[in-house]
Amino acid sequence: MSIRDRLSGNEAVAYAMRQINPDVFAAFPITPSTEIPQYFAQYAADGKVDTEFVTVESEHSSMSTCIGAEAAGVRAVTATSSCGLAYMYEMLYVAASARLPITLACVNRALTGPININNDHSDSMGARDTGWIQIYAENNQEAYDNYLQAMRIAETPDVRLPIMVCQDGFITSHAVENIELEEDEAVKAFVGEYEPENYLLKHENPLAVGPYDTSPYYMEHKVQQAQAMKNAKRAILDVAAEFERTFGRKYGLFEEYQMEDAEAAIVLIGSTAGTAKMCVDQMRARGEKVGLIKLRVFRPFPAEELAQALSKVKTAAVMDKSEGFSGCGGPVFADTRSACYDLKNRPRLINIVYGLGGRDCAVEDIERVFEYLLRIGRTGEDGPVYIHMGQRSSEKEVF
Amino acid sequence: MSDKRLEIRWHGRGGQGAKTACMLLADAAFAAGKYVQGFPEYGPERMGAPITAYNRISDERCSVHSYIYNPDYVVVVDETLLSSVDVTHGLKPGGAVVVNSAKPASQLRPYMHGYEGDIYTIDARKISEECLGAYFPNTPMLAAVVQVSGVLDPERFVQDMQASFEHKFATKPQVIEGNMRCLTESMKEVRMQ
Repeated sequence: MSIRDRLSGNEAVAYAMRQINPDVFAAFPITPSTEIPQYFAQYAADGKVDTEFVTVESEHSSMSTCIGAEAAGVRAVTATSSCGLAYMYEMLYVAASARLPITLACVNRALTGPININNDHSDSMGARDTGWIQIYAENNQEAYDNYLQAMRIAETPDVRLPIMVCQDGFITSHAVENIELEEDEAVKAFVGEYEPENYLLKHENPLAVGPYDTSPYYMEHKVQQAQAMKNAKRAILDVAAEFERTFGRKYGLFEEYQMEDAEAAIVLIGSTAGTAKMCVDQMRARGEKVGLIKLRVFRPFPAEELAQALSKVKTAAVMDKSEGFSGCGGPVFADTRSACYDLKNRPRLINIVYGLGGRDCAVEDIERVFEYLLRIGRTGEDGPVYIHMGQRSSEKEVF
Repeated sequence: MSDKRLEIRWHGRGGQGAKTACMLLADAAFAAGKYVQGFPEYGPERMGAPITAYNRISDERCSVHSYIYNPDYVVVVDETLLSSVDVTHGLKPGGAVVVNSAKPASQLRPYMHGYEGDIYTIDARKISEECLGAYFPNTPMLAAVVQVSGVLDPERFVQDMQASFEHKFATKPQVIEGNMRCLTESMKEVRMQ
């Protein structure tokens, strides 16, 4: 039986961590993820978990602690945001290449500078090439559910990769909303125990972790890592299917909302999806054929599936909550556009960078995007491909 | 869904407990079986700086995750904000603003940028100082907006808040009675002018 409650996104993730009772939590605080180790520290102090709660002096050390613990054969978790994730960078690659299924709760926040504590996706998007699986949540419920699924995905034998479970800073992490929680025993049964085949401290077959890799072997290991990331796609779907059978809530690589006959679509990640759903409902009510694709999984990127989902629309806007500084669009756009290249009838794709540093995105903002998409779908007009939404300094504002 | 959704915007200053009141309202509405959102707008927070917090209360889950631009009700926890913040901006016709003030509405309205709607006032300082012996305006303001908006059954609200305070003030039970008196006094005294 689900338990009706109301929690913030941070509370929901800390609650999931308590239920899972991981072996090691390496903690270093940074806004807006600080509450996760804070709540967990209370659980540890109250004896509700028997986790080794390790307070370290930096995020480089928290990730190093997780690496050491996972290499030794136990479950290790941490939480961070923004500059904290950036400070882990070197070790993010080590964790992924050593194939250590660490779970990191990433509470998305803008990167400095200028210094800003609010939400965008520049922290985790910057880490998209580190070899970590990345799953994103729309709200507190998804942050909780994704966390319950994370270890099963990461620890799958032909995956064995670390996983980042992302939620939007403040918008999700600090907003209290209704949530369906699951019973402790049901969660423990679903997540199960971590029993790695080989690990550093296995006395009958000790394993070396992180030795120097020479040129004749390095590339083979990278190919195995790339294959593991491909395998993760199936593991994510398998775990989601079991999650649905167990708890009744359905998840996939992405969510399609009113896409069946949509002519114009928006592709985006995170909490803005909820706002966009309201907009789709309002526009559908007056007969506009609009739809939404909310990406849940960004790494591995669901290229074939996404291209298929976009194959019938005339126009689509990919909305990026990070800049990327490629000079030609954000990271979600780059991958989406690449995925659509092999389609016979490609939709017209535009990129909208929005919401940087906590800039709000309301239903009306989404509506302007849809109106623009419907217009270029009707008229075939050429306009800019790469747009920053709501610029106060822009003279020729598209929106 | 949007028809039945009630949206409230809180204006206060850091340290006055506007965010706490916003979260308590979410708790009370949750206890009454509603779907709730309670969230603050975070800036460079410090004591005395203007802060904003929001509530959405509805019978179905609300998926919108933006700030609230067209609230049904606005709560002003500190009347000195009236000279710097356009508190009634976007307030829906038929809604109301609830201000913590000992002044009559006629003295507050000139600060409201041509706002013509209802103004309710409550002297939260007087109530708080009488009931708690100190100035904590958030509890009286919470009770005032519940009373004015009718979003919750008042009797049920008072019962739920008793339970909520017993939990929140488990280590200092001496303040529970005073807070409860703050609530009931405020619900009695809030008035439209």
